[in-house]
Amino acid sequence: MSSMLNAFSDLVKTRDGQSDSESATPDQRTTKIETNGLDFYYGDQQALFDISMTIPERAVTALIGPSGCGKSTFLRTLNRMNDIIEGTRLTGQVLLEGIDIYAPAIDVVALRKKVGMVFQKSTPFPKSIFDNIAYGPRIAGLRDRRKLTEIVESSLKRAALWDEVKDRINESAMALSGGQQQRLCIARALATSPDVLLMDEPASALDPASTARVEDLIFELKENYTIVIVTHNMQQAARVSDTTAFFFQGRLIEVGDTRQLFTNPKQKQTEDYITGRFG
Amino acid sequence: MSTPTPTAAPTPGSTAHELTHGRRENRLFETLCAVSTWSTFAVLVILIVSVSYRAWGWLDWQFLTSFDSRKPERAGILAGLLGSCWMIVITIMFSVPVGVGAAVYLEEYATDNLLTRIIRTNLANLAGVPSIVYGILGLTVFVRMFGLFGEQGLFHIEGIPLWGDAVIPLPFGRTVISGALSLSLLILPVIIVAAQEALRAVPPSLRHASLALGATRWQTIRHQVLPSALPGIMTGVILAISRAFGETAPLVMIGAMTFVRFAPGKITSLQVVFDDPASLVRAPFDTFTVIPIQIFNWVRQAKSEFQHVAAAGIVVLLVVLLVLNGLAIYVRHRSQKNLRW
Repeated sequence: MSSMLNAFSDLVKTRDGQSDSESATPDQRTTKIETNGLDFYYGDQQALFDISMTIPERAVTALIGPSGCGKSTFLRTLNRMNDIIEGTRLTGQVLLEGIDIYAPAIDVVALRKKVGMVFQKSTPFPKSIFDNIAYGPRIAGLRDRRKLTEIVESSLKRAALWDEVKDRINESAMALSGGQQQRLCIARALATSPDVLLMDEPASALDPASTARVEDLIFELKENYTIVIVTHNMQQAARVSDTTAFFFQGRLIEVGDTRQLFTNPKQKQTEDYITGRFG
Repeated sequence: MSTPTPTAAPTPGSTAHELTHGRRENRLFETLCAVSTWSTFAVLVILIVSVSYRAWGWLDWQFLTSFDSRKPERAGILAGLLGSCWMIVITIMFSVPVGVGAAVYLEEYATDNLLTRIIRTNLANLAGVPSIVYGILGLTVFVRMFGLFGEQGLFHIEGIPLWGDAVIPLPFGRTVISGALSLSLLILPVIIVAAQEALRAVPPSLRHASLALGATRWQTIRHQVLPSALPGIMTGVILAISRAFGETAPLVMIGAMTFVRFAPGKITSLQVVFDDPASLVRAPFDTFTVIPIQIFNWVRQAKSEFQHVAAAGIVVLLVVLLVLNGLAIYVRHRSQKNLRW
């Protein structure tokens, strides 16, 4: 058992500047998002049970757990993407910088600009690369071509895609490779200048090289953004995240510093999961 | 060692049988499919050749630019051609926005309840209703307006003044607008169902991606869903319009004239429009005829020469339909090119 945990501790050490080498411990970081007693229902079926956790600012929080454990549902409650699905219901609180995002006065459209999202399957629009990135600012009312060009360039640069596409910015985004499409989607989400970036298994459909690029990107982006990432891949969670939360059957089993959670889990279920006993 | 060639039919169960009989079945099916394709094509060729043969010598510039006449050699298609064009344009103006709007509502906005489910299932049934029924409906609703107006009606008004000397007659009477509205009702279900299919084919991930970027529902529909669905919607509209163009029965019911010696609004050239712009407004409220009715009328004539006139009319109808379809396919192609898949 301990040898398996040590194998993970090796993975955890693969990056400099991650969690323990930073001066601030998770408890001292500013809280960006906080959930209190969050219950979520699809019709009569309860998908989330009493989730209370905090998500620190400018850090990567990974949500892990077996399929159907509610981690993606939880992620989508954070920008109210679940609202789209008919017959869903939520009780409890989701606080973004202390503001209840499910309060009646909240404008969902404005919320989603602040809390961007990247999906598992890359979903470029059937438009040019430029129009893809400019979509968010444009629907927000920006018409100035020069400003749009600036945003497109800076977003693509931040998503580490600029050098690969700068000569074909007006060509179709569908012609990009899978990994490039996913980074395009990240750039597109960055173009609306969000504070928080939600990622739902952003690398699960990518080859190892593209996965590495996306992971590098996530690591760079946490300088400026609060990132919440759902992943099946525990090595990935260990590599990129500062905080990890383990979900099981709609409940939050354990949340803590990534290094601690992978090397010294407090709960038996967490240990069973990360050592591959189930899931 | 020479390869054995099975000349006689191989016995069932033998390896030779197993290896060959599937191939025969395949060939047989392929032949059947080819026969159905080519027989359809043959019928079309026979139709076009026989009609063109009979129309030969009758289809000329004079035929296209003259009104109907009692004398076959002086009869022309102009009234029908202009009437059909007016009617189809007005039909498109009514049916496309309403049809696409209804499809967008049903697919993108409406919640799934008993009422919307009833509407959804009955749309397909409506598309199967015989066209004569729409004619009767049009006659009651648009031509007579339930007898609400006029001498015996509830409201004693003749019409609503519009612009210049143009007046909207109430009820509409046997006019272009009555015909166009009836045809709109006829093709609406076809357009709605086709547009629904096209909207459903747009991947949900596209909508989610747009919404997640802070787009409103309307912006998502306007910028992502409709452009992606447009080629499919166009296909449905093309089919529906082609059907409306060749439709005769409901227009006979509405009371389109069989012998008309004028065009709607008396517009026979652009010059008329420049001289009297109000004629454009008058035209939809004018009596009319359409190409299919004109053909129907000629076929019924006793003089055998009118059969040639009818054939010439059919050729014109076919050509107009081909041009219309070609135009729509071009537009669809253009809208597909704007999508950068």
